This record gives sequence, C-alpha cells and structure tokens, in this order.
Amino acid sequence: MGQSLTIRNLNAWYGDNQTLKGINMEIPANQVTAIIGPSGCGKSTFVRCINRMHDTVPGARAAGEILLDGENIYAKDPVELRRTVGMVFQKPNPFPAMSIYDNVVAGLKLNGLRNKQKLRAAAEKSLRMAALWDEVNERLNYSGMSLSGGQQQRLCIARALAVEPSVLLMDEPASALDPIATLRIEELILELKKDYTIVIVTHNMQQAARIADSTAFFLNGELIEHGPTSEIFMNPKEKRTEDYITGRFG
Amino acid sequence: MKQNRASAGDTILRLLTFLMAVGVVGLIIWVGWEMFSSAKESINAFGWSFVTNRVWDPVKQNFGALPFIYGTIVTSLIALVVAGPIGLGVAIFLNEMAPGKVRSLISFLVELLAAIPSVVYGLWGIFVLAPLLRDYVEPWLEKWFGFLPLFQGSAVGLGMLSGGLILAIMILPTIAAISREVMAAVPDSQREAALALGATKWEMVRVAVLAYAKSGILGGVMLGLGRALGETMAVTMVIGNRPDILPSLFAPAYSMAAVIANEFTEATYNLYLSSLVEIGLILFGITLVLNAFARLLVWSVARGPKGGHLV
Repeated sequence: MGQSLTIRNLNAWYGDNQTLKGINMEIPANQVTAIIGPSGCGKSTFVRCINRMHDTVPGARAAGEILLDGENIYAKDPVELRRTVGMVFQKPNPFPAMSIYDNVVAGLKLNGLRNKQKLRAAAEKSLRMAALWDEVNERLNYSGMSLSGGQQQRLCIARALAVEPSVLLMDEPASALDPIATLRIEELILELKKDYTIVIVTHNMQQAARIADSTAFFLNGELIEHGPTSEIFMNPKEKRTEDYITGRFG
Repeated sequence: MKQNRASAGDTILRLLTFLMAVGVVGLIIWVGWEMFSSAKESINAFGWSFVTNRVWDPVKQNFGALPFIYGTIVTSLIALVVAGPIGLGVAIFLNEMAPGKVRSLISFLVELLAAIPSVVYGLWGIFVLAPLLRDYVEPWLEKWFGFLPLFQGSAVGLGMLSGGLILAIMILPTIAAISREVMAAVPDSQREAALALGATKWEMVRVAVLAYAKSGILGGVMLGLGRALGETMAVTMVIGNRPDILPSLFAPAYSMAAVIANEFTEATYNLYLSSLVEIGLILFGITLVLNAFARLLVWSVARGPKGGHLV
C-alpha cells in the first residue's frame, strides 16, 4: 500500500543557491501527484529531497520536515528510506553489465535476498507490474541494454518496484521517450497508483492533465499552487499559474 | 593567389604530419626487424630450445632464456598481486570517497611516484626495502607460511620478493591513475540508480562503478604489467642477478631486462650477443602483445558495453 507524505517548511540549497523555499505540501497516499513548473523551478530538487538523494550531491543540503505516514524521514537512515521510497530517473539507467533479470533483482540482492525461487518470483511479479514481462520473459538473460529506450525505462520501473517501496518518485520518466513509449508509461502509472503513492515531475502539462489526481505548480523554488488537477488547469487561483498553463512563459 | 598559398601550406602540413605519424610506425617495425636480424644467429643455433633451456653458460656457449623469463614473470606477478588491489583501493577512495581538496592532493602525490627515476627506486630498494625484508618480513613469512615452498630458504633480502615489491610501487601510479580515469567516466546516473535502490556507499561502488568500469580497470592493470615486464634498473639492483629457477621468492633470480643491461658490454662473441638480443626480442614481443590487448580493453570501455549503447 502507498503511504502519504507531509512536507513542512522544506528548504534546500546547492551551495549558496537556495533551490527550495519553505515548501508546505500534502501528498495523499495512492494518488498520482504531478509537479510542474519551468526549468530550474526546483521540481527535481523537491522529489530528490523525498528520498534524500539530494543529500548525496556534494555541497547540497536541506532543512525542514518530510513526514512519511507521520514519521520524519530525516530521522531515518537514508539507505533504509530509499528502500521505502523508490525512484525512476529521467534517462533510463539500467546497469549495463547486468542481464535483464539481474537488473530487476539488483535491489533485492542488495537487501540480502539470496533464495533463487523467491528472486525469480519477485522478478516476474515486478516485470508484470511494469508491463514488460510479455516482452522479455523469453530473454531474461540478455543485457538490459539490448532493450529499446521505452523498455529500458519500464525495466527501471520494475527494478524500483522489486524492492516493494510504498512511494514511487518519477523525475520526468518519459521525457527521453517517443510518444508511444510515453503512452505505455502513463498507462502503467495509472495502473500502479492502486498500490503506490506516485509523485511525478513533468515538464509536459498534457501529461500531468492526463494522469495526475492533483498537480502542484512550482516557480523559482516556491510552491505557487497545489490542488486537484482539473482545478489547476481549468480554474487556477493564482495568476502566475494561469500564465504558465496558458503558455505565457516557461 | 592568396588561396593558392594557403592550400600549398595545407598540403605541406598534411605531408609533414603524415610523415611524422608514419615515422613512428616505421620505427617500431625497424626496431623489430633489426632485433630479429641480430638475433638470427642465436635463433638458428638454438631454435625453440632457447626458451625452454634453463642453462645460461657463456663459457660453454650454451644459452637458454628460461631463468630470465621465469624471473621476469614471477616479479611481475608479485607486482600485480600487490599493486592491483592497492591501486584499485586508491582509485576508489579518490574517486568516490575523498573530498575535493584531498582528492587533488593525493592524486598529485600518487602520480609523483611515477616521476621518481627508477635508479632511485633501486637505491631505496637496496638500502631500505631489502634490509626490511631480510630482518622482518621474510622471517615472519617463513614462520607462518613456511610450509609453502614459496616462503622457504634463507632470508637475504635481495631476490624475487624485493624485485616484485619494488615493481609494485613503480606500477602503482599507472594502475591507480587509469582506474580512477575509467571510474570517473562512469555516469552519475549509474551511481544514482544504485543509491535509489537502497545501496550503501560500498554497494554502490561495487554494483554501479566497478561492474561498469571493470574492463577499463583490467586494461589499466595490464598497462601496469607491461611496465613491470620491461623495468630494468630498479629490478637489476635488488633481484640478486643469478640465472636460477628456484621456487622460493626469497631466492635471488634474474630478469630479462636485467640480463641484457648487465651482460651486453661483456658479450665478447657474436652468439653471446645474439642470444642477448633474442631475449630482448622475446620481451619486445610480450610487451607489444600485452599493450595491444590492454588498449583494446580500454577502448571497449570507452565504446560502451556489448549489446547496447551508452545512455
């Protein structure tokens, strides 16, 4: 099951450059929440704070509270946290030295699971959830790099799902893909929200409109507006949101 | 008019640089050919038995290269076994763990190791390393691992172990620098992929960095091995210079490069000289093949893994 997120007064910096300014936000469980905004608005930094990947960049720091089902993630071990909060990146990044199968179970092996049968079952389950099983079940031993870009991204989703997180962060997961592969990823996201809380960064407003239950608009490191997707797109409260949605800037 | 002058200049430049490039290739072929023709007398006299004969006796005109091949290979292997893991560790620390300032300082110092003349290494080997081995390391090894033939016999300090260790220090910068370079070429997206799955730092290095960079690292190790095989001065000074094949690493031995350097001036007749040149030819062949192989490995990393493209 998905878990909910509560963000309280979140600030983040790269060196002296503040990229997030006092973000307060509620992300309900088992919903798709889209983060939109122009380049450099802090939307990627925001999701990277949720699994503390932001902390891994030299010179980067964050302050504030992020509660995962009421528990502050900054009180947790980041390694443990990332097993609960999975992430899919902009460019597909399968491990090139590993087969398709080994890619999917990489996270489970890191967790110490060695039982072959359990690994195989988990691999099949994850690949089915990522809608990739039918395309690859005959060639699980092939290199992950032998797949197309869209397949590679679904492989990365399967890899993230295999460790059974409760939240899945997606940082522009379809921006490097063609329209058909994008459509498949979007269908998959709608399917996955039954079991996961999904936070997706996108620069594609149509995509947000198609798949998100709620949408948040970021600008210059601030959260301008967050509400049900239809409201944000049809009837935004803020002038700046309207300007962005209607293509006046960004 | 002006255009003509410019294109004439281009032609000259092209011709000139072409000649320079061809000159390098020609030089290698020339060196190989000259060595082959000088070694001809010894090749005709001994044939293949030259590489299997373990006797080197200039008085009876009986020449075999096996003791030198053995000494070179054993010392180079010791160097690899010691410098491989340490060089890799240095590279991992510098690339993945060290903060920026420490990184540039230590990289600089490690690369400085490569700038020390080998005769200085040799002196250090004689005055520091050999007594250290004789008084502490070799007795200790014999006490705990003396059941292995490798660690038996009297501890003199000058022998294959000291030769190998000197070589290890000398090839460490090569292995560390190349490993660091190929690790730095691993995209950050790979590291993030591992971290996002809940990998610890070490797990990230293992799953994302080492797995991705392994053939390049192997290439670096091979280049280090190439350097170890050809190193002359430092090894000559500490290996003991005795053409014997003994199982003990404490025992004195001889290397291919060392025998050429030591006996070239003493070679009083043609067959003696020719035999020395043939040893050089064998060494030349081994290092050429090894370096070509290492280059191929490094290229295969730069090109990306098999069965796909780099994303």
